[in-house]
Amino acid sequence: MDPARLFAASRVLIVAGKGGVGKSTMSAALARTAARAGISTLLIRLTPGGPISRLFAQPDLTTLEQTLHAGGGPGGDADIRGRLVTPDEALTEYLADHGLARITRRLASTGAIDVVTTAAPGIRDLLVLGRVKAMEASRAADLIVLDAPAAGHAVSFLQSPTGLRGAVGAGPIATQADDVLAMLADPDRCRVMLVTLAEETPVNEVIETAFALEDEIGIALGPVIVNGLVDVPEGLDGDLDALLAENAPKLSANDAAALRDAAAFRLRWAGRQREQVARLSESLPLAQLTTPQLFTSAPGPQELEILADSLTIGINNLTEDDA
Amino acid sequence: MNSLATLLHERSVIVCVGAGGVGKTTTAAALALEAANRGRRVCVVTIDPARRLSDAMGLGAEASLGNEPQRVDVKVNGELWAVMLDTSTTFDALIRKYALNADQANSILTNDFYRNIADSMSGAHEYMAMEKLYELNNDNRFDLVIVDTPPTSNAIDFLEAPDRITRFLDHRLYKVLVTPSGAFARVVNFAAQGFLRTVARIVSASVVDDAIEFFATFDGMEEGFRGRAVAVHNLLIADSTAFVLVTVPRNDTIEDATVFVEKLAQADINVDALVVNRVHPRFGTEEVRGLGEGPLAPFVTVLHESQQVAAGEQNVLEALTRALTNGVVVNVPFLDTDVHNLDELGRLALWLTPT
Repeated sequence: MDPARLFAASRVLIVAGKGGVGKSTMSAALARTAARAGISTLLIRLTPGGPISRLFAQPDLTTLEQTLHAGGGPGGDADIRGRLVTPDEALTEYLADHGLARITRRLASTGAIDVVTTAAPGIRDLLVLGRVKAMEASRAADLIVLDAPAAGHAVSFLQSPTGLRGAVGAGPIATQADDVLAMLADPDRCRVMLVTLAEETPVNEVIETAFALEDEIGIALGPVIVNGLVDVPEGLDGDLDALLAENAPKLSANDAAALRDAAAFRLRWAGRQREQVARLSESLPLAQLTTPQLFTSAPGPQELEILADSLTIGINNLTEDDA
Repeated sequence: MNSLATLLHERSVIVCVGAGGVGKTTTAAALALEAANRGRRVCVVTIDPARRLSDAMGLGAEASLGNEPQRVDVKVNGELWAVMLDTSTTFDALIRKYALNADQANSILTNDFYRNIADSMSGAHEYMAMEKLYELNNDNRFDLVIVDTPPTSNAIDFLEAPDRITRFLDHRLYKVLVTPSGAFARVVNFAAQGFLRTVARIVSASVVDDAIEFFATFDGMEEGFRGRAVAVHNLLIADSTAFVLVTVPRNDTIEDATVFVEKLAQADINVDALVVNRVHPRFGTEEVRGLGEGPLAPFVTVLHESQQVAAGEQNVLEALTRALTNGVVVNVPFLDTDVHNLDELGRLALWLTPT
């Protein structure tokens, strides 16, 4: 399927996954892939820091929108912009929108905001989702990519409108919750893409999260991204001793051992990943996209392009039913 | 310099800290098993273990209901106990402990606003992990308590949460709200009415009623809570307590860990040991040259990639190691399988405390 079609299928893409699986990196890679397909993208993060600024070689995200990647160029890229949306900012903004700007400072300084957020747990999450919904409604970009909280939290984050809806009766918060729920339930407006590694615990967790999101929130799920796959170059399973005797008889024993150990480690690693990918396919009826293991500890713009390349190829190989 | 083994022998509390997804829970469990093997009576407080690990430790769904330590069925020289933290049960026990009488306790425990605090207030999880730690440290059955901390966005939440929540429970504003007597109080109370109307507009009147009822009922208990928070804090900064920072050699995780070390230092806490999980093995010491073409090329490529990862990891770790003034650093290689049973936990322990 054409990447432009996948990214035009809904206006908000929520990227979720267990901590450490590369969720923020995948959010950036998805934004990059969409922009390559001509879809302008707004990348939203909820907490400061993380790998996004380094991937685009740009300053850290703040609550002021910034350009992460300017469009144009030979490929006809669209723009990628990025910003933070924090719960505190969302709450302040909400109070201002409801004619309470005057007392916001007093609410904050007296600690009264803590009472509000304790009285109605989930209100911060709801207000963040409300901000995203407002950006969606104003068409801030063709596509909004939201780097969601870590997996377990992603479920409670997305459940916040349902939880609050019961607690607050009528009023502005209830209206907000209804509006957000309408967005989450509409696959033309909002989808979740889950990210995992091909390892046992992350695979277990992504399966649980997928079912929780579908059953408890009724949100549409896109393909799941399996990150960090290692490849096995052709010929790596050959007889190294024979090859060495023939091609490099003078190689030192240390070097020969290094070649042998590295190859054995890679074959074992790849084999273990294949088992987990197979288990994921059996347990979760979602299409898979894969991204390669990056052999660097500090990925930057070059690695972002590599990730976008493999997402583009993967999406091209999807059928209409997969997405 | 301390080794992890020394810490396991000498300290009475070990707090495992670090970001989510770095293997903190498993590391805490492996340390506990090793300390028990070395003859100590150990209790490990776990937060959210993977299911097979919790089953292996006898913490399956039914066993954990009591929020009480369970003896793990394993042959060790000392004793191994484990408890899965239940935040709201722990909070409830604290309310019962400091309530002036059973009526006060019951009114609080059934109040909706209190349930929100105990179940989902930000920091409640961290607060109760530390509370459980304090309780178990005073339990004569154990010589060593090892606690796993919740994955948290704010690195030192577990240190600040007890004090922050205690202050919340004892906020002056609520005193004003709930004791409408005296001339001054009436004036402030008038302003408070405006505040209440505002809150009621945002949430709803019944929610506000619950909050007021809670603070009115809680009156008189703050002293006990405050004293306890101070005692918990003193335990955390005591010499008998060790901090073990768990991380993985990935750039952003390492940056978080470095900030963490600095923040702990500001609170006068030293990280006694750094455990780096999932370290890529190092194969060979030098690049193999001149074989880039031909049938050996795939072997050379794979070795080169391995060496590149190992060198990159070494690089990002150096900054963190520099930030640690006096801590021991233990590298745990990227293991073949996840830890599912006590044997595998024992294997991990061998990496943590090499002989």
